[in-house]
Amino acid sequence: MLTKRIIPCLDIKDGRTVKGINFENIRDAGDPIELGALYAAQGADELVFLDITATNERRKTLSALVTEIARHVNIPFTVGGGIASVEDVSVLLQSGADKISVNTSAFKNPGLVDELSRQFGSQCIVLAIDTRFEGDDWYVYLNGGRVKTEVKAYDWAKEAVERGAGEILLTSMNNDGTKQGFALDITGKLAQNLNVPVIASGGAGTMEHFVDVFQTAQADAALAASIFHYKEIEIPTLKNYLYQQNINMRF
Amino acid sequence: MKTVIVKYNAGNIRSVQFALERIGVNGIVTDNVEEIRSADKVIFPGVGEASTAMAYLKERKLDQVIKDLQQPVLGICLGMQLMCKHSEENDTECLGIFDSNVKKFESPVANLLKIPQIGWNNITNLHSVLFEHVPENSYMYFVHSYYAALGADTIAITNYVINYSSALQKDNFYGVQFHPEKSATAGSRIIENFLNI
Repeated sequence: MLTKRIIPCLDIKDGRTVKGINFENIRDAGDPIELGALYAAQGADELVFLDITATNERRKTLSALVTEIARHVNIPFTVGGGIASVEDVSVLLQSGADKISVNTSAFKNPGLVDELSRQFGSQCIVLAIDTRFEGDDWYVYLNGGRVKTEVKAYDWAKEAVERGAGEILLTSMNNDGTKQGFALDITGKLAQNLNVPVIASGGAGTMEHFVDVFQTAQADAALAASIFHYKEIEIPTLKNYLYQQNINMRF
Repeated sequence: MKTVIVKYNAGNIRSVQFALERIGVNGIVTDNVEEIRSADKVIFPGVGEASTAMAYLKERKLDQVIKDLQQPVLGICLGMQLMCKHSEENDTECLGIFDSNVKKFESPVANLLKIPQIGWNNITNLHSVLFEHVPENSYMYFVHSYYAALGADTIAITNYVINYSSALQKDNFYGVQFHPEKSATAGSRIIENFLNI
């Protein structure tokens, strides 16, 4: 039986791991390769690396880093952050990434999703959405959560899946950094209505939050960063706990 | 020992090479016929689409080369599917090594089954040297929309709404639907077992 997945997320800046609290107040949490291999050894099911470097050198540094990650990490990993072209994706996949995630660039040019899935296959194209609940619904935000759009998260996710996105990585900005739990309503709406896996992100604070996102929202995978980086919850403990709650886990 | 990874227009070659490197083996990536024929072990990887991959192999006459190999050959993911008889993916005639056909996952109820299957699933009914010291129900990483049906060559079974072949073997030919190169230590064990055949 297919298991639910636990995915630590490593934000990368200039080759180092960082984690933004509410997308701000960045703190250094170590070397991405070492940390990635450690998580893999502890039983993480996948890893996500989000590059937030904004310099001109970033593309070259990132592909070199991806090669080193692929060399040392024996589980699948996704690379995201500022990926905007077929060429970017091709370089990263050839460097050893298993999947790439696109966000703002795909929203601005939805045809990119079609092009990427046609060329590389849906299975390696993850659509990342940052979303915030405002008034009546969840809206898509761009540029790392700085730019609001008038498009609803569900509508964009549905369109992207039709265009060939193979997975959705949904981050709730309301929940991110709060440690008060995942956004169960919007995560559930996507997970139960789209026929691709949905990765829930933002808000994990306790092991119970993972139970909720898997059992209530029916997310396929859950992503978290700071609780793992600062060892507030250890992956083996979490997976054991979830297994005891009848959630299928890999050991 | 010479281990060759067949180079063609399909992905994940780098990952396979790194997985070999992690167990101290140098994998030579090549589409050179003589290099492939003279190898002790041949790995036939693959992430991609069946018809374009088969067209590429045929164009370079690699299809017949692979079929004629006498040494142990390991097909991974699309590599395994291409070693079957026929794939529903763009109605593709494959190499016909394994006595199985490749079909597309179909959800019995709308949205019940997410396609592709992405993630960790268990392998059962293991019977092959490939699985020595690999426990029943070990978890492997799968990413696929098409599957090989059960048949005489099935050496491992996985369930994703239906039971299908997660590994196949015929004589010196082995195939796995999952990605041993991405399946942590259990996957690494399978690669080592293959290299020890």
